[in-house]
Amino acid sequence: MDFTEDQIHRYSRHILLQDVGVEGQEKISNGKVLIVGAGGLGAPVALYLAAAGVGTIGIIDGDVVDLSNLQRQIIHFTPDVNKAKVLSAKEKINQLNPDVKVITYRELLTASNALEIIGQYDFIVDGTDNFPVKFLINDACVKAGKPFSHGGILRFDGQTMTVLPGTACYRCVFHAPPPPNAVPTCSEAGVLGAIAGMLGTIQATEVLKYLTGVGDLLTNRLLTFNAKTMEFRTIKVKHNHNCAVCGDHPTITELVDYEQATCEIKN
Amino acid sequence: MGIFQVNGKNQEIETPVSLVEVMKINNVTQPEMVSIQVNGEFVSRDDFGTVQINQGDEVDFLYFMGGGSRC
Ligand SMILES: [Zn+2]
Repeated sequence: MDFTEDQIHRYSRHILLQDVGVEGQEKISNGKVLIVGAGGLGAPVALYLAAAGVGTIGIIDGDVVDLSNLQRQIIHFTPDVNKAKVLSAKEKINQLNPDVKVITYRELLTASNALEIIGQYDFIVDGTDNFPVKFLINDACVKAGKPFSHGGILRFDGQTMTVLPGTACYRCVFHAPPPPNAVPTCSEAGVLGAIAGMLGTIQATEVLKYLTGVGDLLTNRLLTFNAKTMEFRTIKVKHNHNCAVCGDHPTITELVDYEQATCEIKN
Repeated sequence: MGIFQVNGKNQEIETPVSLVEVMKINNVTQPEMVSIQVNGEFVSRDDFGTVQINQGDEVDFLYFMGGGSRC
């Protein structure tokens, strides 16, 4: 890949980094990343990956922008209310960096489309709000041998881990989705908007580290933080030999759609 | 008294103490929303009721956290 003069200029702060350089920027520009969910986490992930010049960004989300999203989903603006989130996100990415090819999927990730969609990307980012899809992303990525970043936020807390083929997966740590009635509905729980940015930028950083091969990924570790104390912790987690998807005797041989916890979007 | 760690912080209490009691002290009111490690090993959900915590143990409560696209 030959960069134009403008591209060299645009990406100069990456290229200046000894660990990245022109070669690293080429890897970023050749990268294909799928972002599942164009919401609180997906927004900062998409913006930073677009700014970094990731060559292809896929975004899957079936929702439209709601006024209550704007408190944290920084890729959507006030005039975007009622617009499809994938379209709103694509417009911003194109404005930020026309080098990026954006592929949009205005639908939900399901057991029937997950493998086909995920198969077209190098890295997958979990920016979803619900556990059935988080487990689906995990299981599909494990089966397809694709690396992904798990991310979750609630109230003042965030957590993330990176999963590569062979490292501890989300299911190794959390086993199975919690019963739907145990999960506080989204409108009940609330979330401090800025922590979506804190967590999303960590996820975007992991993507760029993965694409360039720089540093040590957040594998076999769960990073958690609490914004009230501003304390960060990484907890070592191990590959679980009894894991239902990546253990010695996996019982999950086919992807399934779990029952969705109801998420009150508008109230 | 014995000292053990919960999510990286020291806790002082008479040991051994049941994991259930440690959960109670730490306001883990919804066991179904937490995954628990003791000394880096996962505790099966079925064993939450029987595990004892001893002096020097490290207990980690890992909470289910959703959030993101719609939350
Ligand atoms: Zn696993």
